[in-house]
Amino acid sequence: MRSLKDSVATAPTLPLSTGERPRERRLGPMMFLIVLWLSLLVAVVFLLTLIVNIVLEGGSRFGLQLFTEYPASSPDRAGARPAILGSIWVIGVTAVLTIPIGVAAAVHLEEFADKKHWFNRVIELNVQNLAAVPSIVYGLLALAFLTLIGVRDKNIVIGGALALSLLILPVIIIATREAIRAVPSEIRDGSLALGATKWQTTWRQVLPASVPGIATGSILALSRALGEAAPLLLLGALVFVSFDPNGLLSGFTTLPIQIFNWTGRPQEGFHELAAAASILLLGLLLLMNGLAIFIRNRYQKRW
Amino acid sequence: MLANTTASVTEATTTASTGGPTTPSGHPQRSLFAGRARPGEAVIKLGLRLAATVAILTTIGIIIALLVPAIGFFREVPVFDFLFGDRWAPRFADASFGVIPLVTATLWTTAIALIVSVPLGLGAAILLSEYARPGVRKTLKPILELLAGVPTVVYGLFALQFIQATVFRDWLQLDTGAFSVLAAGLVMGIMIIPTVASISEDAMSAVPMSLRQGSFALGANRMQTSLRVVFPAALSGVMAAVVLGISRAVGETMIVAIAAGNQARIVGGPLEQGQTMTGFIANAALGDSRVGSLEYDTLYAVGLLLFAITLIVNFISIRLVRRFRQAY
Repeated sequence: MRSLKDSVATAPTLPLSTGERPRERRLGPMMFLIVLWLSLLVAVVFLLTLIVNIVLEGGSRFGLQLFTEYPASSPDRAGARPAILGSIWVIGVTAVLTIPIGVAAAVHLEEFADKKHWFNRVIELNVQNLAAVPSIVYGLLALAFLTLIGVRDKNIVIGGALALSLLILPVIIIATREAIRAVPSEIRDGSLALGATKWQTTWRQVLPASVPGIATGSILALSRALGEAAPLLLLGALVFVSFDPNGLLSGFTTLPIQIFNWTGRPQEGFHELAAAASILLLGLLLLMNGLAIFIRNRYQKRW
Repeated sequence: MLANTTASVTEATTTASTGGPTTPSGHPQRSLFAGRARPGEAVIKLGLRLAATVAILTTIGIIIALLVPAIGFFREVPVFDFLFGDRWAPRFADASFGVIPLVTATLWTTAIALIVSVPLGLGAAILLSEYARPGVRKTLKPILELLAGVPTVVYGLFALQFIQATVFRDWLQLDTGAFSVLAAGLVMGIMIIPTVASISEDAMSAVPMSLRQGSFALGANRMQTSLRVVFPAALSGVMAAVVLGISRAVGETMIVAIAAGNQARIVGGPLEQGQTMTGFIANAALGDSRVGSLEYDTLYAVGLLLFAITLIVNFISIRLVRRFRQAY
């Protein structure tokens, strides 16, 4: 579009050269543009309806009690304290497990691997495919793995973190690769020309330059893990937890699982609690998404 | 450089004892480009390679984890009865393992989700790629992507409480129960819009500007250019987006587990309830199935079918994306 305008700008007698955007004059194209805007509008209105509905439903229960109380048989006394702490534990361990491995794998694929070699092509195909494997399959994998190594009580923090790590690993690898690819090769050439080794170049030039992209991708991946419930369901995370999780082998439940639990109860009070916990979860995820977008816009360099 | 470092690993001890090549000690210098031996870097490179191998190990792990219990299952239940049987009652006394009811529910929710997400996603993609100025695009895209960030349990809650209970039953007075595949499919469709939109937009943005300029030069307006030039040129990318949308819809679990229903019967209409493949796995996981029991193996047989379906769909999508990447 821009280049069209530029080429026109050299002929100042044409009316298009005023710099105004082309307007739709006929009915057909006008209707088409309206339909396009409507399709976007439907999505946005749906999102707003969802948020408003959840806030109206759960607003009255959204208070200190949600953060301090343990689940109970009566909605008036129940809270999501163990679920909140469980989510923090599981996501924290997931981040520690996944980010180093994901970044390392991406560095290997982008900087060191011979892209024509069959082994690296298999890895690449695998990463692409794993990114689209249903999340519940990762739950089945974690369940089978924990059974294999003889863990009896599978609902433990490290087990849940394992399932979520495998789930978001491809996401982090793909995001990191894109960030590394965006670093111009002149920077690598300059570093190598000064006598740095390939690894020194990667560690001191390429990686620091791609930190904003890696951070954005990692935050988005972790926000996906935070909202995920299906794989944890398989490990048996839908349990009555009335204690604070306190270690890698501790039993746990998470916020999404707690919401699922409350949604399935017959009493109206629990549905309100589910909505209240959803407000918290949605708020956290909006915050994480906002942070990711902020980092992308603020720190990402354009070369 | 790389070759030099690996070649000089063996020299590491000798150069270290003489003080290395950097100290001017009068010794005959080694080649100027040889550099210091760095055994540490070899270890790092090995570590990086191992990290990348995790992707392959995961795939192998998934296949083994699904196949072993599934083989145990198919020893008791013939494959034919599983794939073509029309009664799913794994917990009854006269147990029956025909997967068709689960498949019909999955087909319904997936079809409804596609009917919602494909037109809306493509509309949004054309708008963002062909009409929106960079500034507008920069604000609209993150808003659209928020739809993909909403947790699926929250979508499920919304589908059950608002779409099904309030809109369908109270406002529209539809003849439907507490659950329906329509409510689950609709909400799932909205969830998939960003997936469809962002991949199609990538494909449309990759169409060279010269094609559009040629179209404009012939007197076409933007609608004609979008529909008759850009869209056909980006078709393989658009198809990839739709196919990936299918994969997301088939594999989505929480929305259908909450809002589609939990009785496995053949679904005949959108207002009926039905249990999907993922819905069954999620529900069965709630029960206490012992390792090695037929119930436990059933979980993996359905999981294997689900994995096989999404695997085929994913490879079609990857193929299509490669084609549009190669084209321009």
